[in-house]
Amino acid sequence: MITAPPLVKEKKNYLNAEEGLMSWLLTKDHKRIAILYLIAVTVFFAVGGMFAVLIRLELATPAGDLLDSNTYNKVFTMHGVVMIFFFLIPSIPATLGNFLIPLMIGAKDLAFPRINLLSWYVYMLAGVFGIFVLVTGGVDTGWTFYTPFSSSYSNGYVVMTAMAAFIMGFSSILTGLNFLVTVHRMRAPGLTWFRLPLFVWAHYATSAVMILGTPVIAVTLFLLMLERGLHIGFFDPAYGGDPVLFQHLFWFYSHPAVYIMILPSMGVISEVVSTFCSKKPFGYTFIAFSSVAIAVFGFLVWGHHLFVSSQSAYAGMVFSVLSMIVAIPSAIKIFNWTATMYKGSVRLETPMLYAIGFMGLFTVGGLTGLFLASMGMDVHLTDTYFVVAHFHYVMVGGAIMGYMAGLHFWWPKLTGRMYSQVWSKVSAVLVFVGFNLTFFPQFLLGFMGMPRRYHVYPPEFQVLNVLSSAGASVLGLGYLIPAIYLLASLKYGAKAGANPWGATGLEWQTSSPPPTENFEITPVVTTEAYEYSAQEVIHVGH
Amino acid sequence: MDTNVADAPEIANPNALQHHFENPEQQKDASTIGMWSFLLTEIMFFGGLFLAYFAYRQAYPVAFASASLKTNLWIGAFNTTVLICSSLTMALAVHFAATGKRRLLVIFLILTLILGGAFLGVKGYEYHDKWVHHEVPGIHFECEGCQDAGHTQLFFSLYFGMTGLHASHMVIGAGILLVLIWQAYKGKFTPDWYTPIENFGLYWHFVDIVWIFLFPLLYLIDRSGQGGLH
Repeated sequence: MITAPPLVKEKKNYLNAEEGLMSWLLTKDHKRIAILYLIAVTVFFAVGGMFAVLIRLELATPAGDLLDSNTYNKVFTMHGVVMIFFFLIPSIPATLGNFLIPLMIGAKDLAFPRINLLSWYVYMLAGVFGIFVLVTGGVDTGWTFYTPFSSSYSNGYVVMTAMAAFIMGFSSILTGLNFLVTVHRMRAPGLTWFRLPLFVWAHYATSAVMILGTPVIAVTLFLLMLERGLHIGFFDPAYGGDPVLFQHLFWFYSHPAVYIMILPSMGVISEVVSTFCSKKPFGYTFIAFSSVAIAVFGFLVWGHHLFVSSQSAYAGMVFSVLSMIVAIPSAIKIFNWTATMYKGSVRLETPMLYAIGFMGLFTVGGLTGLFLASMGMDVHLTDTYFVVAHFHYVMVGGAIMGYMAGLHFWWPKLTGRMYSQVWSKVSAVLVFVGFNLTFFPQFLLGFMGMPRRYHVYPPEFQVLNVLSSAGASVLGLGYLIPAIYLLASLKYGAKAGANPWGATGLEWQTSSPPPTENFEITPVVTTEAYEYSAQEVIHVGH
Repeated sequence: MDTNVADAPEIANPNALQHHFENPEQQKDASTIGMWSFLLTEIMFFGGLFLAYFAYRQAYPVAFASASLKTNLWIGAFNTTVLICSSLTMALAVHFAATGKRRLLVIFLILTLILGGAFLGVKGYEYHDKWVHHEVPGIHFECEGCQDAGHTQLFFSLYFGMTGLHASHMVIGAGILLVLIWQAYKGKFTPDWYTPIENFGLYWHFVDIVWIFLFPLLYLIDRSGQGGLH
């Protein structure tokens, strides 16, 4: 009695389960939606990157020979708007988080698959507004939209841009809501809170920030649109308003938004470091709670953006101290990762290279953040290139390094293919070197007093600016190479097994790429996360 | 915990349990937590406006008090009553959904819609009245005999921003109500599964509560006539 089915055809997985464009555009599978997001954010990353190229080209010489001042204003504004709202905020949560959270907790999907798809369409709608602004002439307010310049004086498409960010916010809220409910209610049997992978903890904290912060920027932009479009004034002194209120409301979201960008990245690093040291992360609970602490304290520090905006000195002192406190949970993470690596047999695979890069660059970004959190120092450094260098160390050196680490770590899971080991290592090194060459000189420039957001500068700053522009081209190359070898891996890459890195975690228990339903049988978890010695998951049938 | 769809307790609506949930309880829990989280985002959304209101009222108490006197107390009070009644009819609709009384469910949903519509109609009249009296901020704004025209205008900016955002929530609510009425009429909801009715009830009560805050903040600042604000 032979009943075994013939195994000639390739196993069904989420990629080949259905075919045709509509099966992608109407999918409710979190893994396919993650791929939709991956494509979209990559496009926006490229767009934002092109604006960065224009900025660095212009700044290669002291004179304004490539762009005039108006165009330059628009270029750095669009760089910021695209990179922050369209790339950094959705980058890890909407792609890797979307793909991995249900897998990591042993669920079949996120709690609300239709809302998940809706969030992608909302994101794309925001993208349409963004592209409209790009092609019709741009906006020159800076990504911060400070009033009354934005509401009463700017010549750009402020309402359209604000609308793009406003709509994009709802996409972010929907994602956060979905993650929050999923982590609460969709965990597999036996998967208690303290058995969750740290990636999930990080995303849980991120979701809380998304849910609590994003509505505030939404209403702020709503008021800005009313003021600009209908002259219903809130912030412009000409209407009796106070521009500083705008800054408070804006940064109440936009500072926590920094943690929306960095927390998921930290989640990735926790997974990668543990895997490539084959060790349980040192201080699991501390790493988990430091994510929560960062989310909580992140909401109490916005005033450090207003040290020179007529905020009282006492308020400034409080915000100064609170801002420094955020360094503690951040440092806990860094210390715990290094302690995990200590005496571990570290395997320097590509994701680990990015993770080590993250640790170095994020530390520099975080420590220079302390400089800026000190009020006296900040008065000197406000609106200089020091600030630009600081947040690029956190955003690019932190968030994007983590994104690259995660993308390389889970690429075999996403696609079922391995990429070129040589090229990926080369590009990881190029990114690290190029990044430092680009942004370290900017610390020096800022300290010497070069202000940000100008297209011309005194000739004595040229050497460092040329270094920075040269570094940017190396960095750009470092980002271009992965685009090539990752795409090539889809066709030529070796087939990856279910668990190519020898990692723990439920996502590695299922095949690569996973089947549409994620697990053939719902897993039952009996051990803590990161048990490298006793990797066992007992499957209980239906 | 290892129940699957086939073993799950019987549910009247075969479409109600989605494939990725293990059982109806999990699905219901997820919806409820989702709805409350959504309301949390709504609180933050309105919160920004309330913060602006408090900051400016603190800064310009006299202008706000005199501007508040320009609102129509009786219209505001009438609308407050209408909205509270609509919350009652909504709560009854949820009750009748839970007890499986389809006819009464439909009737009370329709009553809720009518009361919501009445609120919006009255609000529209009020807006029109403000327009006629040049109390809408912007180029048409005029304030004869005002001591502090600039900050009076600021009050009306907040008035329109806050009530406008509230009204837009009512409009969206009315749209959802139309769908729910149709679905209830078709018999989609049963005592085993009426999550949309329950969650919409939460939304409707939330919008009601926002108004309960807006009414005193905008209409009642200095109605005692003491002129004193301390």
